[in-house]
Order: sequence, then structure tokens, then C-alpha cells
Amino acid sequence: MSFAATQTTVEGTLPISWSGHEMALGALNFFAHLTRLPAHNPAPLPALFHALLSALLIDQPPTSLFAPEATPAHYIFDLSMLVLAICTAIFLVVAGLLAYALVRFRHRRGFTVREPAQIYGSTQVELSWTVIPILIVVVLFLATARVIFVTENAPHPSNALNVVVIGHQYWWEYRYPKLGIVTANELHVPVSDPHHTRPTYLTMSSADTDHSFWVPRLAGKMDVIPNKVNVMWIDPEKAGLFLGQCAQYCGVEHAKMLIRVYADAPADFAKWAAEQARPAVQDPSAAEGRAVFERNACINCHTISGTLAHGTFGPNLSHLASRDTIASGSVPLNPANLRAFIDDPAHFKPGVLMPAMHLNQHDLDAVTKYLMTLH
Amino acid sequence: MSTAVAVPHQPVEGWHEPSRGVVGMVCLIIAESAIFVIFVVAYLYYIGKSLTGPYPHDVLELPIFATVCLLSSSVTVHFAVHELRAARVARSAWWLAATVLLGSIFIGFTAMEWYQLIYHDGLTIRTNLFGTTFYSLVGLHASHVIVGLIMLGLTLIFAIAGKVTQQHAERLEVLSLYWHFVDAVWVVVFTVVYIVGR
Amino acid sequence: MATQTQPPAGTGTAPALQRHRGFFEVMQDWITTVDHKKIGIMYITYALIFLLVAGVEALLIRIQLAVPNNTFVSPEVFNRLFTMHGTTMVFFVGMPILFGFGNYLVPLMVGARDMAFPRLNAFSFWISAFGGMLLYFSYFAGSGLYGAGTAPDVGWFAYAPLTARVFSPGHSTDYWTFSIFLSGIGSIGTALNIVATTLCMRCPGMKLNRMPLLVWLYLVTSGLVFVTISPLTAAQIMLCIDRYLGGHFFDTQAGGSAVLWMHFFWIFGHPEVYILVLPAFAFANEIIPVFSRKAIFGYPAMVAATVGIGFISLSVWAHHMFTVGMGPGPNAFFTFSTMVIAVPTGIKIFNWLATLWGGNIHFTVPMMFSIAFLFQFLIAGLTGIILSVSPFDWQLGNSYFVVAHFHYVLVGAILFMIFAAFYYWYPKMSGRMLSNALGKWHFWLFFIGFHLTFDFMHVPGLMGMPRRIYTYEADRGWGFWNLIVSSGAIFQAVAVLIFAYNLVVSYFKGETAGPDPWDAWTLEWSTSSPPPSYNFAVIPTVESRRPLWDLKHPEEPDSQYE
Repeated sequence: MSFAATQTTVEGTLPISWSGHEMALGALNFFAHLTRLPAHNPAPLPALFHALLSALLIDQPPTSLFAPEATPAHYIFDLSMLVLAICTAIFLVVAGLLAYALVRFRHRRGFTVREPAQIYGSTQVELSWTVIPILIVVVLFLATARVIFVTENAPHPSNALNVVVIGHQYWWEYRYPKLGIVTANELHVPVSDPHHTRPTYLTMSSADTDHSFWVPRLAGKMDVIPNKVNVMWIDPEKAGLFLGQCAQYCGVEHAKMLIRVYADAPADFAKWAAEQARPAVQDPSAAEGRAVFERNACINCHTISGTLAHGTFGPNLSHLASRDTIASGSVPLNPANLRAFIDDPAHFKPGVLMPAMHLNQHDLDAVTKYLMTLH
Repeated sequence: MSTAVAVPHQPVEGWHEPSRGVVGMVCLIIAESAIFVIFVVAYLYYIGKSLTGPYPHDVLELPIFATVCLLSSSVTVHFAVHELRAARVARSAWWLAATVLLGSIFIGFTAMEWYQLIYHDGLTIRTNLFGTTFYSLVGLHASHVIVGLIMLGLTLIFAIAGKVTQQHAERLEVLSLYWHFVDAVWVVVFTVVYIVGR
Repeated sequence: MATQTQPPAGTGTAPALQRHRGFFEVMQDWITTVDHKKIGIMYITYALIFLLVAGVEALLIRIQLAVPNNTFVSPEVFNRLFTMHGTTMVFFVGMPILFGFGNYLVPLMVGARDMAFPRLNAFSFWISAFGGMLLYFSYFAGSGLYGAGTAPDVGWFAYAPLTARVFSPGHSTDYWTFSIFLSGIGSIGTALNIVATTLCMRCPGMKLNRMPLLVWLYLVTSGLVFVTISPLTAAQIMLCIDRYLGGHFFDTQAGGSAVLWMHFFWIFGHPEVYILVLPAFAFANEIIPVFSRKAIFGYPAMVAATVGIGFISLSVWAHHMFTVGMGPGPNAFFTFSTMVIAVPTGIKIFNWLATLWGGNIHFTVPMMFSIAFLFQFLIAGLTGIILSVSPFDWQLGNSYFVVAHFHYVLVGAILFMIFAAFYYWYPKMSGRMLSNALGKWHFWLFFIGFHLTFDFMHVPGLMGMPRRIYTYEADRGWGFWNLIVSSGAIFQAVAVLIFAYNLVVSYFKGETAGPDPWDAWTLEWSTSSPPPSYNFAVIPTVESRRPLWDLKHPEEPDSQYE
């Protein structure tokens, strides 16, 4: 992302006068060097902090803000280093002066002067400690404004992968319109090579209450709100699993609305997409389970392509067995867990909106076997 | 200090402070204005966003006569205060009666308008966003008018019963401030609902 | 510090002059009183009780979060606990305790006999008290009736559409709405009283620029109340219309907007926290000079900064909404306005520093709490600046970093200053000194507990832990830090119990205070402790900002410098 692109963006959006405009651009130019973008060319200062932090927290937690692995997260990390440095400096100066005053001017026994000199004010001193904070605010604001505009007004390239994200109580629906894929809870995106960037754009809204999509290593969070469409983008720079969770209180099981983002190498992603786009597996040995599924209320809420089930209230199960987890990332997927979940979802997630299906043991075994064939 | 230090008490030249009643009423008016601002903002925000009809231009007509009545009542209450300050209680009572009458006409017209909207146009508070915001904003204003009418009515009754004297002029002024506020709010509501929103 | 013990005849403490009164007579006196001092004490006592209740709620929350995948409480109970904890602390602890002190002190400090509208004052207290009772009645009201709901569980800011009937059936949300609505009426009434008293009832000679800074701060706070509480009242009326009359204000299925509720709530919510913090500044403005033995540095700048903070605080609300998707323009604007408010706030900190500078600092218990306030408020302000950087807030927003920040302000700044105010003015209110030894135990235990909990609470936020979750996964690395955070809660609980004990025991056995135990300078110290119901035998006249300083130092009165 060249700085020229940034300038045009800022020009179009900041409502300031012409001479102010030039000053602002000059200042922004200065800050570009302080917090250099894009992420693959990090300025020395953030890189040093990053190294220090990595040394201190050898194994950084999976959702740490200090382990950015996509451009938006890098932008934020670099800016945060500047902010933390300024705030630390302010703290050391002011707290230092406070501590000094408390020691130097404490009451000591035998201190004979009854009352010290009453000083009511000093215009000079008061002016200086008004002007200096204003300058600090200006510096901080300009550095911040740059990152806001660069992130939110980033151009949407034509090769970007577009995913529609719909938040539900308490699971995530992912649709890939151009690829004909509908899935749930585990988001697959291609890795974005810095030399041939391919970001993923998430167009998000909610089917019920407010939610928030937050995967700290990839980007800042963006709220998922009914009757409103929000757009954010991510471009993971290496393959792997990125964790996150819903970050806006949405009801009883807000805590278990986890997010799993799988960044796949382009070839792996293509393979995954092709498998997801196929209709659901029709394994004859699991026909009995399929019949159980189709004659119970399951079909009211769930979709399995190629069957009678077209419900959209709950997650799409067409390729359930290709996922690592169920219950929005909170329960590992294996036959025992799946069976227990179908029997009584509230056992894992009390308050979840799926009711206990009250199947007998035989039907439970059959339907579990069927669902485990849906790769 | 073991003794309470006695602070002196010489009189101070020209020491004037504002009236408590007026200051209190101004504070109340500020708070009430803030409530109205929020309802007005909601109304403005939702203009044109109703998913279904009826829509404002279909069903709203300018309530000119009612508005004239209400705004005139501000004039009559002003005279009521003026007469009471001059100790002419009887004339003050007549002006108060005029105020109550004009205010009641306003409420009567509002009631008629709502009857028409609900039973003939099918617009209720639950019909659409227009219905919700319209009845809430106009209803909030109307409820404030009713409270004012009750207060003015009580004052009128006390005046007729001979209990009101020149000494109560400041209290009547405080009440009239409330009434002026209610009228000012109507100017805003009228503009927003019947002009901007239609 | 002058702490004489024998009150001379004539200024005798009130109890010695009264005949013995029966229990019911005393109760009737308090229930029907319109005396601002008694109403102030009732507000404070009421708030202290709720502090204990909400504190227990916090303890339960911290026990549940101490380890990952804990099952100490169910998710339903947890969600009610954090909702009730937040709602109680803001509306039934913070507001009443600060209005209580304001009620007690403002008329005394301006040399008046009572508030401008004593009956409105009593009404405001009782309606607020009823609101608190109504909120807690919810715990009992819904049990046993499936679907009726018990305590509210929608979070203290009750975002739409979670509060719609379809997502929150029963009446639990309505308890939230009505209890706050009622206490809001009480808040507006008290604020009206403070403004009218300040503008209309100052004693002769007390021009506006001679009022104690506490009175200025309460004046600005009250002005804020009028334009702050009302938006919440309006939004709650709209919520009730949605829930019961079929309205669509926040009904997203009918085209309504969830974001509109957020705007209305935060137009209330942000200035609300300034309503809570300005009285804390007010206490600091009175206490720090007395124990530094110097006048406050820069009185006019302090007034200007306060008024500035009041106005600017009305323009920063959407910094609670940086992640909502308002677009880069609004995000930048609210970043800017939030950073700007740091300037007058910083000026205040510097003025306090300059007051200490060159002084003769006495580390009494109120001063210890005030000093801790200075450091802690500095940190809280800096984490606020960090959060104002909206891209950083895209990560930190709605995480435990925010929870740590606002508790740093609410507990580290406001509660510490409230404790300081207790130790400073309890002698005036009761005629007895609080125990120094117990005060020091209270301070150190609370200080340790506060820092254990709220310093380390920033870390899980930086590690990606969102707020309002009843449990968390073991693989996130948050467990260790949460355990430390929870351990601090125990220290704080013990400290608060010691404080409560001190309050009760000192009333009966504390050293007699006399009218002016701290050698202070404002008018409340010129009358007996506790003051008679009429406050002053004769309404005083003043010639400067520190009338008692002038009398104690006739060779060097303030009046010659102003």
C-alpha cells in the first residue's frame, strides 16, 4: 500500500482548509516514518518492542494483541507502541514529580514555620502545562487519524475473497457467495502473500442481537449488528489457526461463541472450497441415520444439501464432519461429544437455543453415525 | 482548633441573588428540553425509514388553528402574571381562564386528530416507525400540556376562591415560565413533524 | 495538626443538649426530615449498604472467573451478577453517595441554613431509595414463575435489541428500566436543589469566585445532570414503548436501529462518569490544600478546567462505539474530542501537584487516600488516552483492558476520594474522629487489594479476553492473571469491612472532634460538630475564598491577594 494512495484517501475525507491541509499532510508524512506502513517493512522501534515482548512472553497466548499476523493487526500494533511510549513517558515524569514533592515537602518533626508560603498561581507555569499537553494531543491525534483512514478506507481489490458473516445467538454463519459455500463456526481463508496480496473481506450483519467479531492476531474487532452491514478485512500472512470470540454481550452463551479462522495456503484453500461446494456426502451405510434426521425436527433448523433439511435457524451441517469443533468452537468434534450434544445441548452450553431432541439411544447412535459421514 | 471561629457578619452593600423559584424552573426546563431533544432526534432519524405505510404526507394535516390557540395562550398567561403583579386579581383570573381555555382547545384538537389517525387512517403506535415516533413525540408534548393545564386550572380555582394575592405573583411567573416552555416545544415539534417530516 | 479534645461550653455537641428520645421518635424524625444534613447522611448510609451488596456480587463474579471453565455459578446467574453489580454501583452507590456529600456540604459551605427546596430534597432521596429497593425486589419477584424473569441480565447498559421482549421475556429488564427511571427523577431533583442553593443562597460577600471549589464542582456536576440523565430517561421511555406498546424505536426487524440506543445511552453514559468523578475532584480540592497547608494553586484555572470538562464531556460519547462501524470521520472526531478532554483534566492534576509543592504535607488518613487518588487517577487518565486511540480501541474495546480502566477511575480515583471524604468530614457529621489505626489498616489493605486486582486486570485485556463472559477457555493463557485479579478482591473486602466497623465503633467511642479538628478554612468548620439544625447562629459574611484562614491569619489574609 503506497503512501500516495494514503494521501489521496486522506485528502478526500479530512475536511480542513487548504493551508491546514498541507500542514496536516506534512505532519502525516512525519508520522509515516515513525510508524511505518505497510507491515512487511516495520520501523525499527516497533520491531524492537516486538522482540522484547516475544522474549518476555516466550509463548504468546493465541489471542495476544502483541503478536499481529495480518496487516490491520500490524497497523494497530505499530500505533500502539507509539501511544504506550508517550503515555509511559508522561507517567514517569508526572508520577516522578509527585513522588518527589511528597518526599521533599513532607512535614517533619521540629519544622517550626507554621504555614508555608501561600502561592495562589502562576500564569507562566499554568500556560506551559496547558500548551504542552495540547501539543501532545495533536501529535497523538494525527498519528491515530492516519491509521483510521488507512484501515477503514483501504481499497477493495478485485481479487479479494468475499465472505458474508452472519452472527447468531450463539454461533457464526459464513457464506461465500461466489463459491457457493455455506458453512458455520470455522472460517477458512487463503493466506495472503505480501507480494501477491489477497485479503479476505468480511461483510457482516446479525440475525438477532448485537455481536462482535474479534480475532486479535488478525485485526481489531468489528461489531455485528442487526439491520446494519459492517465490513472489515483480514489478510493472514502465514498459514495456521487463529482464535477469537464474540466480543459484544449477546445473551446467555455469549462466552461460548468462539471463532476459529483457518488460514490455508492457496492450494489447500482451493481444495477446501471445492469440497465444501459439493453436495453433502450420501453414504449408504448411514442411510438409517439420515432417515432419523429427516423425520425429526432437525430439519426445521438445519440444512444438509441434497436432503429434506432446508432450515436456516441453526448451522448448516452439510459438511459437519470436516470441522474440528461443534458448538461454535467450544466442543471438540468426535462421535462421543456429538452424540452427547444432540442428546442434551445444554450439557455443554446451558441456555443454547437448540433444544434437547429426546431421541432414543438407537436413533441417537444412528444420527451421530450419519452426521460423522458428512465430510 | 478548639473553639469554633466566629465569622463576622457585617452587611454587604448591594448583595443581590436571583429568585430560587425562577432558577429552579429554569433547571427543570433544561432537563425537560433534553428529554424532548432525544425524542426529536429519534423522530428526525427515522423520517423516511418506515417499511410500510401510512406515511406522513398521506395522513398529516397542518394543525394551524390549534397552534394559534396554544401560542396565544402564552400571551394570555403573560398578561395574567402582569395583572397579578399589579394586584388586579380578578383580571388576572380572567386571563388565566383564557389560558386554560386555549390550552384545552389545543388538547381537544390533538384528541380529534388522533381519533382520525387511529380509526380512519389505521395509524397506531405499533403500525410503523412513523407511528411510533409520532405518537411518542406528540404524546410527550401533549402530556406536558395537560400537566400545565392542571396547574393553571388549580391556580384559577384558587384565584376564584379568593386565595390568590399579589404576593403569589412570583409563583405564577414561575408557572408561566413552564407554560412558555411548553409552547416553545410545540414550535419545534410542529416544525419537525408537520413541516420537515411530511 | 491541632486536635484539641475539650469542646468549650457554648459550642457543645448536639447530643449533650438533647433529652433522651425513644426509638420511634428518632425514626419519625429521620423519615420526615427535610434537613439537608440528615438527608445527606441517609443518602450516604443507603449507598454504603448497597456498596456492600454490590461488593458481594463482585466477589461472586471474581470467584467464578478465578479459574478457566469454572462452574461456581451458572451463566444465567453470572449474567445477572454483572448486570446488577454495574447497575447498583453506578446508580445506587456512586450517585447517592456523591449527592449525599453534596447535600450535606453545599449549604454549609455557602453559609446557608438549608437547601433551596427542602421538601424536594426529601422527595428526591425517597424516590431514589425506592428505585434501589425496586431493583433488588427483582431477585425475589420472579423466582418460581417461569419466564417472569428475576434480576435483569442485560448488562448495565442494556443494549438493544437484547432488551426487546423477544430476547428478554418476562419483567427482568423492566426492573432495570423502572428503578433507574425513578432514581433519575431523584437525581434531577437534587441537582436542581444544588444549583438553586448555589446561585440564590450564598451568604453575603460570597461572590461566585469566592465559593469553595467543592461548590463549583457540584454546580457543574448538577448542570451536567440535567442534560445527562434526561437522555437516559427518554431512551428508557422509548424502550418501554417498544416492550409494552408495540413500538419500534429499537426494533431492527421493523427498520429500527440498535445503534440509536447506543447513541442515546452513551450520550447519558459518558457524561455520567464525569458526574461521578467531578465530586471526587471536589473532595480533592478541599482536602489536599488543608493537609499541604497551602491554598489550592490556580483557583481560576481549576474553575475554568471544570467548566471545560463539563462541556467537552458532552461531545465524547461515541468513544464507546468505535467498533460499531460509524465510519472513519466520526471515529476520528470522537478520538479527537476524547483526547482534548485530557487537557483540562491534566491541568487539574498539575494544579494539585503545585499545591503540594512547597507545602508542609501531613500524611493523615484522608491525605493518604488523596495521594493514592493522585497517582491512580493519573494512571486511569493515561489508560483512557490509550483507549481514545480508536484503532487501538478496536482491539482493546469491550475487553478486560476497558474493565480495568474504568475500575481504575471508579475505584482507584472516585472510591479512594470518597474514603478520604469520609475520614475528613465524619468528625463534622458525627462529632467524633474516626479511629486512625483502623483507618491505616483500611488504607493499606484496600490499596494492596486494589492494585492486585486492577493493575493485573489490564493483562488479560491485552491478551484478548473480552468482557461479560461467564467463563473462558483454558488454552487462552488468561487463567493465571485472573487468579491474581480475584485474590485482590479478598483484600478489598476485608478492608471495607474494617471501614464499616470503624464507622460504627467510632460513633460511640471515637475521640471528640470539636468544630475544627483539621485546622481548615471553609465555613463548615466554623460551626459545631455536628452542626445545629439551623447550621449557623448568624449567617456569616465573607471577604475571601478562605474565610477561616483570614481569621486565623489576620496578618496575611487571602483577601489581600484576590
